[in-house]
Amino acid sequence: MGGSPMVELATDLTVREVARAAETVLGRSVQVTPDTDIARDLAVDSLALMNIVMELEDRFDLSIPLDRLATVQTVGDLSDLINKLRVKA
Amino acid sequence: MGLLDKHLGYRAPLDGIRAAGVDPFAVRFDAVTSPTEGELDGKQVILLGTNNYLGLTFDPDCIEASAEAVRKWGTGTTGSRFANGTFAGHAELETSLARFYGRKNAMVFTTGYQANLGVISGLVGRGDHLILDADSHASIYDAARLSQAEVIRFRHNDPEDLYKRLRRMGDQAKGSLIVVEGIYSMMGDVAPLKEMVAVKKEMGAYLLVDEAHSMGVLGDKGRGLAEMCGVEEDVDYIVGTFSKSLGAVGGFLVSDEDNFDLLRIVSRPYMFTASLPPAVIASTLMALKRLEADSGLRVQLQANADQLWNGLRDMGFAVGPHASPITAVVMPDQAMAVTMWNALLQNGVYLNLAIPPATPDNRPLLRSSVSAAHTSAQIDTVLSVFEQLGQEFGLLKRPRRASA
Ligand SMILES: Cc1ncc(COP(=O)(O)O)c(C=O)c1O
Repeated sequence: MGGSPMVELATDLTVREVARAAETVLGRSVQVTPDTDIARDLAVDSLALMNIVMELEDRFDLSIPLDRLATVQTVGDLSDLINKLRVKA
Repeated sequence: MGLLDKHLGYRAPLDGIRAAGVDPFAVRFDAVTSPTEGELDGKQVILLGTNNYLGLTFDPDCIEASAEAVRKWGTGTTGSRFANGTFAGHAELETSLARFYGRKNAMVFTTGYQANLGVISGLVGRGDHLILDADSHASIYDAARLSQAEVIRFRHNDPEDLYKRLRRMGDQAKGSLIVVEGIYSMMGDVAPLKEMVAVKKEMGAYLLVDEAHSMGVLGDKGRGLAEMCGVEEDVDYIVGTFSKSLGAVGGFLVSDEDNFDLLRIVSRPYMFTASLPPAVIASTLMALKRLEADSGLRVQLQANADQLWNGLRDMGFAVGPHASPITAVVMPDQAMAVTMWNALLQNGVYLNLAIPPATPDNRPLLRSSVSAAHTSAQIDTVLSVFEQLGQEFGLLKRPRRASA
C-alpha cells in the first residue's frame, strides 16, 4: 500500500500495538510481522481476537465494530483496518 | 479429504477428553426419574446441572395440562404461525406473559436461542449499533451476526466501560441497542442493572435484558433481575426462555413497543420455523401459573443455592462472587476439570463441564445449577463428594486426615 514513509511508519506503529494487545490478552510474548496469520500463527481463536480488538479500541480510543473483522486474517489486515478507522474518526 | 477437515484442530482435544472417561458432550441417561435424579449406566446420580430451577419438569399439574393438550390438539403444529396459523394456546400464553410482565405485548418463539436471534435481528440491522457484554451467550453473538449490525463489546458487567465505549461512538450511541443478561449462565453473576440503566438513559440507547436464567429466580414476583433492581420501566425489551425455570422449551419477548406486530413479519427466526407444539405450550402456561402462585419455590431455591455456594466456598473451592442458583467451581486447568468431572460422575453427581471458549477468562469450570426440588440432604451429599475429591486431587489446601 501507500509506499510513502509516513504511511509505513504508521503501519509499523500499529503493528507493534497489535502485538502488545495480543500479549496482554494471551499472557505470553508474541513475534509478529504484517504477514503473521492471526489464527494460524498466533493460535488466536475468535474469542481471543475479540478481546484483542477490545484492547486495541482502548489503546487507540477508537470503535472497531466486530463485523469489520470478517476480512481480517493477518496482523497487517488488522493494522490496516485500524489505520482506516483512525482516518475516519 | 472431507468438508469437516477444517475442524480437525478439535480432534485431538476431543479425543483426549473422551479418553479420560465418559464423553461429557454425549452423556446418555437411561432414565430421568425426578427433577433431581437420573440413572446412568445402572447407577443413580444426583442431577446438578439441569437449569431446572423450580423443579417443575415433574409438576403433576404441568404434566396433566400437557397430556390433555396433546390429546385434544395433537402432537405438533407442523408449521410456522406465519404460514399455518396460531393455535389458541400460543395466543393465551402470549397474553399471560404480557400480563405477568405488565407489558403491552408478548411474542413466543420456538426456543430461547431463536428468541434472541429473532428479536435482535428484528430490532437492529445494517447501519445500526449493537452493544454487547463481552460474556454474552452464544445466541446473542449469533443474533449479532444475523442482524448485520455494527457490534461493539464492553467489558463484562462493567457500566463504566459501557459508558466509555458509548461515548467513543459519538452521535451513533443514541438509538443503539444494549444487550445484557439477568444471571450469566456460566458464573451465575448478575448484571449491575441500575448502573447500566443510568448509562443507557444518559446516552439515549435502548436496553434489552435476557432473563433466561433469572426468570422465576429473581425478584419478588419472579420477573427477574429488572424487577429485583426496580428498573423494569427503563428496560425496553425482555427476552426469556421456557427451557429453564418453566421446565419445557421455547422463548419469548415482552415489550411496550407500539409497532410490535411488525416483528412478526420481519423476524425470520419467528417466521420460518415451526411453532411450539400444543403440549409444550400447555405445560408452560401451567408452569407460569405455578411460578406466579408459589413464591415459596423461589425461597427454597435461594436456600439451596446458599447451601451449595457457602459449602463449596468454605471448603476453599474457587466459586463465583456471590451465591446464585448457578455455582461454578473454577478448575486450575482442563485436565483437572475433566478428571474432577469424571470423578464426580463416578460418585453419583452430574454437573456440567464447561471449557473455553464457552467460559469467561479462558478458565475451565465445573458448572452446577441447583433446583428448588433438591433436598438439603442431596446438597450435603454433593458437598461431601466435592470435599473428598477436592482433597484427593489436591485442590483443597487442608491435608487429608490420616485415617481417610
Ligand atoms: C443467556 C441465555 N440466553 C438464551 C439461551 C437459550 O435458551 P434455549 O435453551 O431456550 O434455547 C440460554 C441457554 O441456553 C442462555 O443461557
